[in-house]
Amino acid sequence: MILVSWINGFLGAIGAATLGMFASIGRVVIFTLSSISHIFRPPFYPKEFAQQLLHIGYFSLPVVGLTAVFTGAALALQIYAGGARFNAEAVVPQIVAVGMVRELGPVLVGLMIAARVTSSIAAEIATMKVTEQLDALTTLSTNPMKYLTVPRVLAALCVVPILVGIGDIIGIMGGYFVATGRLGFNAAAYLQNTADFLEAMDIISSLVKGAAFGVIAALMGCYYGMQSDRGAQGVGKATKTSVVAASVLILAANYTLTELFFSA
Amino acid sequence: MITVENLHKAFGDNRVLNGVDMSIGKGESMVIIGGSGTGKSVLLKCILGLITPDSGTITVNGKDATKGDRDTFLAQFGMLFQGGALFDSLSVWQNVAFRLQRGPLKLSKTDARDVAIEKLRRVGLKSDVADRYPAELSGGMQKRVGLARAIAAEPQIIFFDEPTTGLDPIMSGVINDLIREIVVEIGATAMTITHDMSSVRAIADQVAMLHDGSVQWTGPIDQLEHSNNPYLDQFLNGRAEGPIEAVR
Ligand SMILES: Nc1ncnc2c1ncn2[C@@H]1O[C@H](COP(=O)(O)OP(=O)(O)OP(=O)(O)O)[C@@H](O)[C@H]1O
Ligand SMILES: [Mg+2]
Repeated sequence: MILVSWINGFLGAIGAATLGMFASIGRVVIFTLSSISHIFRPPFYPKEFAQQLLHIGYFSLPVVGLTAVFTGAALALQIYAGGARFNAEAVVPQIVAVGMVRELGPVLVGLMIAARVTSSIAAEIATMKVTEQLDALTTLSTNPMKYLTVPRVLAALCVVPILVGIGDIIGIMGGYFVATGRLGFNAAAYLQNTADFLEAMDIISSLVKGAAFGVIAALMGCYYGMQSDRGAQGVGKATKTSVVAASVLILAANYTLTELFFSA
Repeated sequence: MITVENLHKAFGDNRVLNGVDMSIGKGESMVIIGGSGTGKSVLLKCILGLITPDSGTITVNGKDATKGDRDTFLAQFGMLFQGGALFDSLSVWQNVAFRLQRGPLKLSKTDARDVAIEKLRRVGLKSDVADRYPAELSGGMQKRVGLARAIAAEPQIIFFDEPTTGLDPIMSGVINDLIREIVVEIGATAMTITHDMSSVRAIADQVAMLHDGSVQWTGPIDQLEHSNNPYLDQFLNGRAEGPIEAVR
């Protein structure tokens, strides 16, 4: 008897959690569709958009650059050491280029944007909700979706691909400095090998991933910010959940996009 | 003209509004009193559509408040939130002139700023606060900026949620006079929540007392003292004993 009721409770809990998950996926989808529809309907807020370009793009440059340069450098060391096991040390420039551009560049920039931008968007909007600023916006005939969400999502869409492009270049340069400085590669040949090996599709996929990750990061920040519970705890929870959701979704989207681009 | 009929609102099992009926004539000043947590702020937010009521009807100028275009509906309103609710990413004057910088009422930047400074003057703030940010102001100053923002676009209906809480007695007097002036001069309809009995006497044409989720007493201000309503009497005299339970 006890076992049956325990199993019942267990299954019930799983069922409830599953239903809850579907419900929240549904809410996120509805939120996404509604933000897309607001992108095309006036009024538009160009000033807020420009501000977000600066916040999301320009101010993320240092963290993106640092992440990329160290990753590229470590990658070169690893490939050299790994390649040495079967006398393939010479592939360092090619693998660094492909690894950075196809995978590590977009993913690491995406995760850094989730850490830096998603968290700050979620905390800001959640605080606005808790202090009734969202209500005040509405009473002043301004739709929070148009005034807050749309500029952030659009700015991320425009600027994160650029950040990814910059991250790719800096990452390759990180590898270049280690390879030429520590591993004895010829500088001109290294760059020539990199340029010869990269294909247009590598770069396009990198930028498309950047755009997708940027949208995910901004949307999750806005969504969890606006869903926030009341009080300081609500803000903390919204911020944490938004970063976790953005990171997981970015990694999942990365896998899906890689399948789309490269599984022939 | 605002009418509220049989309004119900519960948060989970916390039944906050439990059949509220109320009617405010055009150009009238209604003051709502009642204990802390009785749902006064929730009532105002229901009328504005910020909170969706569970049941009941709200009409503004004869039209159902939940139907029709939200923008034209909200354009008639100004609201002072209990916590001020200033946008902390915008400077004080940009807060006050928010409605005047976008939408149908858009003015040029210098005109919008001039209007904002004039409204700030009316709530007793000097022009040197115009370029500061809300976080740099005291609580009472924030409240007054919120008040200036509520009246900036000269709306037809204005809600004030505790306009004088946190102000010194002189400034309270200034704000009471201002609210009275707005009702008399512009002919605006005002709904004010307050705990301050001197405000009630200065502002109100009509008074409604909210308790236990419904209106316990409503009537013109000159009847306030002779209501023979036990709830109202206890509230006016600030007694701990009476029909309103005070937990000790
Ligand atoms: N968004 C909300 N979610 C859940 N409960 C709420 C919400 N807003 C208000 N409440 C609850 O509704 C009740 C009434 O709140 P309200 O803010 O209207 O009180 P009030 O009459 O304005 O009190 P005060 O004079 O202290 O401002 C309270 O019990 C409060 O906890
Ligand atoms: Mg209140």
